[in-house]
Amino acid sequence: MTSDGERRLRLAFGLAVGSVVIAAAGMAAGGDGWSPAGLFRALANADGRFIVLQIRAPRTLGAWLTGALLGLSGAAAQGLFRNPLADPYLLGSASGAVLGVVLVLAAAALGGHVVSVATAGAIARFGLVGAAFVGALLGVLLTLSLARGAQETMHLLLAGVVVGVLLTAASDLVTSAAPDALRGKQAFLLGSTGFLGWQSCAFMALGLAVTLPAAWRLARVLDALTLGTETAASLGLALGRLRIALVVAIAFATALAVSQAGLIAFVGLIAPHLVRRFAPATHGYTLLAGAAAGGLLLLTADVLARTVIAPQEVPVGVLTAILGGGYLIWLLRRRRAA
Amino acid sequence: MFQHRDAQTRAMIPAEPTPRRSAALSGGRLWSVFFLIFLASGAPFTSAAHAREAIRDDRGITVTFEAPPRRIVSLLPSLTESVCALGACDRLVGTDRFSNWPDRVQALPKLGGLEDAQIERIVALKPDVVLASTSARVMDRLESLGVRVIALESRNRADVKRTLTVLGQLLGAPGKAEAVWAGVERATRAAAARVPPAERGQRVYFEIDPAPYAAGPDSFIGESLRCLGLGNAIPAELGPFPKLNPEFIVRTQPDIVMAAQASVADMPRRPGWSTLRALRAGRTCAFPSGTYELLVHPGPRMGEAAAALAECLAHLPPPSAR
Repeated sequence: MTSDGERRLRLAFGLAVGSVVIAAAGMAAGGDGWSPAGLFRALANADGRFIVLQIRAPRTLGAWLTGALLGLSGAAAQGLFRNPLADPYLLGSASGAVLGVVLVLAAAALGGHVVSVATAGAIARFGLVGAAFVGALLGVLLTLSLARGAQETMHLLLAGVVVGVLLTAASDLVTSAAPDALRGKQAFLLGSTGFLGWQSCAFMALGLAVTLPAAWRLARVLDALTLGTETAASLGLALGRLRIALVVAIAFATALAVSQAGLIAFVGLIAPHLVRRFAPATHGYTLLAGAAAGGLLLLTADVLARTVIAPQEVPVGVLTAILGGGYLIWLLRRRRAA
Repeated sequence: MFQHRDAQTRAMIPAEPTPRRSAALSGGRLWSVFFLIFLASGAPFTSAAHAREAIRDDRGITVTFEAPPRRIVSLLPSLTESVCALGACDRLVGTDRFSNWPDRVQALPKLGGLEDAQIERIVALKPDVVLASTSARVMDRLESLGVRVIALESRNRADVKRTLTVLGQLLGAPGKAEAVWAGVERATRAAAARVPPAERGQRVYFEIDPAPYAAGPDSFIGESLRCLGLGNAIPAELGPFPKLNPEFIVRTQPDIVMAAQASVADMPRRPGWSTLRALRAGRTCAFPSGTYELLVHPGPRMGEAAAALAECLAHLPPPSAR
């Protein structure tokens, strides 16, 4: 029988080693499938080096960072709502991001028709990434204002659901007026790690460097919340303010991940689960390990997406959904058997 | 303009002489040797090396080319078709997964779609230019990797003509673009001549998608129908490809219904649509998938598309007196 402390150490070690090993495998997973020999061949000439260093490397690192941001915000959301089914998209960030993306796509499609070409051009320059980021933050802001702050978790949850439904309807309305935007919206909904470059990595690394310590500091609030709101308040915690700080951290991390890679399903939901199952711990550990687990999960999915039907690619969001859904089904069956 | 073979002599004079080039010129001997080789070989590459072409795409971005691109990736079927129609099919090194005409492009690497193009494989092909539609996220990423991207969007006939002109300029064959477009117009006129007089002015409902989305009068399909002397059941103010209430079609009672084969077969089962007079009288054009694709690609095959439309119209039962 191993102690919890030992299990936590083993998990941390496993996540670190796994990330390095899969990242190395990712560097050898190219457009033509998995081939370590191909990697060495590629590194021997300038063109190959360019592809490995400018495309494959940032994509591999970017997949990990995206997964880490989602894992972190998922762990924080599950702690905040005290609900193991909560995920980072619950606060309205996903639907907000989709609306932002659809508006940009539709503006391009409607250019010269409904909006002027100049307006369409200005919006297009702002870019899908910027639109998704702003949309995600605005979505969460709307949720917060609808719930009148974060004092009541249930209000926040309900407001998040309502905002999600409303903004999704709004983007559906836009796509029915501009059907050309549908294809782009679909691609955004599936999520993709294929467009991540060094710039995306820099943004996400910076975001992780800000949100990870912030979440770590707020972890004690989450621990206190597990005892119930009243007990937490009796400990002298300014719950309203701290909850808002948490929501902002979740929103920021999610918005960054979503704007760079689209709506990648299940990573934020599953990563904290895996961590809690393997090594029950306080929230400080769960947040950090949740981030690492999310990173490893998405990195693995990305490498699989590149290799299973190479030279074609599976959308990575489909793979995370299959892996995550498969895990949930396995969990359900185990519970029933026990 | 790119220099043609017939304009090579003009191309020998650099358009924008840089200091280094003039130094080479004053270098005398070396230059004259070079000049002789140039004359002897017919040196198309030297003419290209000095030619500069500034291409302005539909995003308003100007991309400069030192020479006509030799390795081209196209991420849109209509652009693939345009490149081939302009005689540069052999310069294509990869296409999107939907490009399937002409047959030879099917053997090229398939690089995903507009929204999920495979960056690594595209860059590995070392294209001189990537042709795409506007609003594809892939463009930003490719450009940040130093790949030149031209975005072209075709919604109506004028767009198609402009796209051909821009591509002709890019490929160093501006005259060819004019010839291709003249061919489209000629084929369209020939098709119009085949349309039975009784069909003139008949209002067509052309279904793009069973949602239903229709092709309005200002879409390239609507314009082709107009060129054939036909009317459109959809008012222009609804936009080029409006989403309609199915009831609207029943109320409008189009004279002719056109759609993909499967859609036409399904129409009588839609609520209320069995009352459509066009369906009852068999005044429908149900296009098999190959022909339907031809009709919905805005490109150099629009003349062929007009012929396919005329072919169907020629075999319709005559319109009944209303």
